[in-house]
Amino acid sequence: MNVEQPKLQISGLSKEFRRRGQAVLALDGVDLAIAENEFVSLVGTSGCGKSTLLMIVAGLQDFDTGEVLVDGQPVEGPGRDRGVVFQSYTLLPWLTAQQNVEFALRAAGSKGAELRERAREHLALVGLDRFADAFPNQLSGGMKQRVALARALSYRPKMLLMDEPFGALDALTRHHMQELLTRIWERHRLTVLFITHDVEEAVYLSDRVAIMSNAPGRIKETIPIPLARPRRYDITTSAEFLELHRRVLKSIREESIRAAEMDEALAEG
Amino acid sequence: MPLPNRDGLTTSGAAPRRKRRPSSPFRLTAELTTPQFVGIAVLVFAGLLAAWWAVTASGLVAPLFLPGPGQVFGRLVTLALNGQLWEDAGISIYRIMVGFLIATGLAVPIGVLIGSYRVWEAAIEPVVDFIRYMPVVAFVPLTILWVGTEDPQKFLIIWIGTFFQQVLLIMDNVKRVPWDFIDLGRTLEMPERKILTRIVVPSALPGIWDSLRISLGWAWTWLVLAELVAATSGLGYRIVTAQRFFQTDTIIGYILVLGCFGLISDQAMKAVSRRLFRYAEARR
Repeated sequence: MNVEQPKLQISGLSKEFRRRGQAVLALDGVDLAIAENEFVSLVGTSGCGKSTLLMIVAGLQDFDTGEVLVDGQPVEGPGRDRGVVFQSYTLLPWLTAQQNVEFALRAAGSKGAELRERAREHLALVGLDRFADAFPNQLSGGMKQRVALARALSYRPKMLLMDEPFGALDALTRHHMQELLTRIWERHRLTVLFITHDVEEAVYLSDRVAIMSNAPGRIKETIPIPLARPRRYDITTSAEFLELHRRVLKSIREESIRAAEMDEALAEG
Repeated sequence: MPLPNRDGLTTSGAAPRRKRRPSSPFRLTAELTTPQFVGIAVLVFAGLLAAWWAVTASGLVAPLFLPGPGQVFGRLVTLALNGQLWEDAGISIYRIMVGFLIATGLAVPIGVLIGSYRVWEAAIEPVVDFIRYMPVVAFVPLTILWVGTEDPQKFLIIWIGTFFQQVLLIMDNVKRVPWDFIDLGRTLEMPERKILTRIVVPSALPGIWDSLRISLGWAWTWLVLAELVAATSGLGYRIVTAQRFFQTDTIIGYILVLGCFGLISDQAMKAVSRRLFRYAEARR
């Protein structure tokens, strides 16, 4: 295999929606490459199309022009090589935590003792082995998302696609989840595309932060995050972190100001 | 100047502040304990019974039109002891079971199908919606013409009255399955058929069960209708015969029995639901 070849390669990707009979260009000429075992966050104002992009990479939505390659192979529909963690928890409510993980493993062809063992292992990985027999409605939001993470990791996808996974959680739980994810990622290394609108979260977790522009969505800039690993949460108060945070925020702010001006211009006709 | 707060009371700096709001049972979202709830329900029933007794005992209404509770219950006991009540009820319960099961057996797969696939929805939903608005009563003469006055005609009336409603309710239950659940199945590369049986159906099942419970209540109405018009047995038939002989006590007694059966079947469905879907119980 070519060492230079990125794990995920998105090039010239465009996507048009029809809204009230009018064509709206949601994504226009998106280029993004993610290397093997790289953690890349995609940030942008709400409605910029970042979730649409993730759904396209997941194969759950189609696109008009361009290319999405995983290991050099074009994406044709969803697949187990890309594990998805949705913003809504998507735990099946009639199954326990353990059974939810087993559900995915069974779909991936795992059986018997190995199936149970691997499910248990992955629940332990997210620190929920004690809650294996709990039903989703007995778990908190953070716990549910940990089960969803365990489920997505359990069948060993080539990459993880996370769509604002911590967006619905309270600030404290969100911090715990970020630490947990960093710890798991630093130990197990995986290619991750992470969508968020939380700049601090993006800088803390990522190797690179990609900033998306609004209407139409395209990658405006990618900022490398050369913070040392392993990262602990106290890094978020370091001067280096704050400087990177400021840079990302500034880039997004320019974008949202431009978007607001565009809206005004449109409103004035 | 002190301003009135939400309770309409004025507060000033000097007045001691109330820590807890006064708890009136008539406040929005006010909670009741189970004994309180049951107590109120029993009280209302007892009140209705007392009013019934008072109206008849005072001679305000002739017993021919409204016999007293004592007479009605006495009549029911007589009919229960000589076996008449059980015979009538047995036949009616058999008819409702068969009619309802046929309707359900057809409505569940069709409802799931049209809730999951737009193509099938386009083909079936408008027709079902159209027939749903046709009055069931108007089908009675037609069904007699088609299948006679035996049991199959009762099944058919129950089926017409429940099936079309069930299909639409179940379609709606299936449509409420979150799209992300289906997307999850897709990312796991599950075949369409398995997504349907392993994700969509189990996800919609609590709602489907609830729809069936509601439609079972309607089935009782259609059963009695069919038995009133053309039958030689069953609770509805007994009511018509009783009318011919001015046995108002039997009529009222049987109406009460029908109410009880409806209530029992509803509670039974609810109890099963609580057992089957324990995972879905809301924790507050």
